[in-house]
Amino acid sequence: MSDLRELYQEVILDHNKRPRNCYVMDCATRSADGHNPLCGDTVKVYLQIEDGVIEEISFQGEGCAICTASTSIMTESVKGKTVEEAKELFEEFHEMLTGVAAEQGVELGKLKVFEGVREYPVRVKCATLAWHTLNAAINSGDEPVTTE
Amino acid sequence: MTPETITATDAAALDIERIRADFPALHQEVNGKPLVYLDNAATTQKPQAVIDAVRTFYERDCSNVHRGVHRLSQRATVAYEQARTTVKNHLGANDSREIVFTRSTTEGINLVASSFVRSRLEPGDEVLISAMEHHSNIVPWQILCEERGAKLVVIPIDDDGDIILSEYERLLTERTKIVGVVHVSNALGTVNPVREMIATAHAKGVPVIVDGAQAVPHLAVDVRNLDCDFYVFSAHKVYGPTGIGALYSKREHLLEMAPYQSGGDMILSVTFEGTTFNEPPHRFEAGTPNIEGAIGLAAALDYVDGFGIDAIANHEGRLLADATAAVLAVPGVRLVGSARRRASALSFVMEGIHPHDIGTILDSEGVAVRAGHHCAQPVMARYGVSATVRASFAIYNTTHEIDALVAGLQKVREVFG
Repeated sequence: MSDLRELYQEVILDHNKRPRNCYVMDCATRSADGHNPLCGDTVKVYLQIEDGVIEEISFQGEGCAICTASTSIMTESVKGKTVEEAKELFEEFHEMLTGVAAEQGVELGKLKVFEGVREYPVRVKCATLAWHTLNAAINSGDEPVTTE
Repeated sequence: MTPETITATDAAALDIERIRADFPALHQEVNGKPLVYLDNAATTQKPQAVIDAVRTFYERDCSNVHRGVHRLSQRATVAYEQARTTVKNHLGANDSREIVFTRSTTEGINLVASSFVRSRLEPGDEVLISAMEHHSNIVPWQILCEERGAKLVVIPIDDDGDIILSEYERLLTERTKIVGVVHVSNALGTVNPVREMIATAHAKGVPVIVDGAQAVPHLAVDVRNLDCDFYVFSAHKVYGPTGIGALYSKREHLLEMAPYQSGGDMILSVTFEGTTFNEPPHRFEAGTPNIEGAIGLAAALDYVDGFGIDAIANHEGRLLADATAAVLAVPGVRLVGSARRRASALSFVMEGIHPHDIGTILDSEGVAVRAGHHCAQPVMARYGVSATVRASFAIYNTTHEIDALVAGLQKVREVFG
């Protein structure tokens, strides 16, 4: 049970139950669809970027608790940040999940609740789908991204 | 597990504890808990008899088939061809020459699509499949239909997961060139009335291919009684090795079918001017075959036949009924698929909790299930879910393991509060 609590932390369960910034953004300047073919999780990320800053971000999707919470917390974490800062955050987040020692010293803040996912390699993609999709949205691709 | 955990009803028909002793992989711990393996629809564990058969081939008989005059090649050839006879006997076919070894169920379907259906399919013709097919019985037909300008037509299923037979009869027309239907659904557990469906198709002169991947492990299959034109299955779902399967085809079809792949072993003679193809079934087995796979498959079918498929079906039927009742008693659980007749597999969702999370939590309790779309995304779409949890049973499962599954689901509820 203690291991499971490492994975399913209260913050994650809370964001799963009440995801933040979860709506269709009509005035989005960019968006992208993400899909994890392994489990069927889907997420759409909407952005308003002005002068290289993520002014607004929202999402819609269907996924497991890790995927939903990760997307929700990601929207909170990158809102108001520059595109470059968001990308750095993703790198740091990805390194935390894949076990490579973090070196850049980017402050992960709330994102640290996903540290337990590292022990569940098949679930890493659940946590990173949102970020891959964010990247795709930033790059303004209309092509859906996948975790594959 | 101790013998006390085996119920009297289990012991009455099959000695499950003894059977479990035949499967080395079952006796291990996962995450500190005894393994409860309920992902049998994905693949089954292998009995020692199968492991030994493959091992013996490599330790004693390893050689190529159909060509060597030396002793080892003779032994390998005999074992390989005996395996074909074992498959023939298990399926109730007339003739070993009606059995083609393939890599898998998928390859069997592709072979029939390519060598039998392609040349018969004209623009405007139709291929008729059911709404509960595995991707392997959808995609080959989609590709072929696109290539030939034909149309893929889908027989709808009802809310319980039964094929709507009146729709089937309506959709079966003079344009239909083949019917492809799954015998037992991997996603819903539905046992389809394939014998009746085949009779209906034949009344209109339409041949039928049956996907038996989930049927061969769980119920008696008699291809002559079914009167199917083609029947395909994979070894690994019936306690055999991966990478080997078989296609049953009526001999009259095989004799007129074009080669599937070409190269060695499928020829009688080759010059640069032309090639004479070998007789079926060898015509459809180009290249050095999966010899140890065929031998392992035969050992697996011998293992099953040693108990009798009906005894296995009885045991699994009881487990499925018990598991269905037990899982439904967990608050928030909804069954996906409650067909009139089901085999082995139980598909369900839990209110507000994604199947992936359920799968992870069950795994932490040592319980292995499948969480996902089961390579049957159209079925998931039909029921408005993106995924389900699937528990699927085999000869070696026990009622005690159903208790472990239910306890695991209680833990899921604890975690998600």
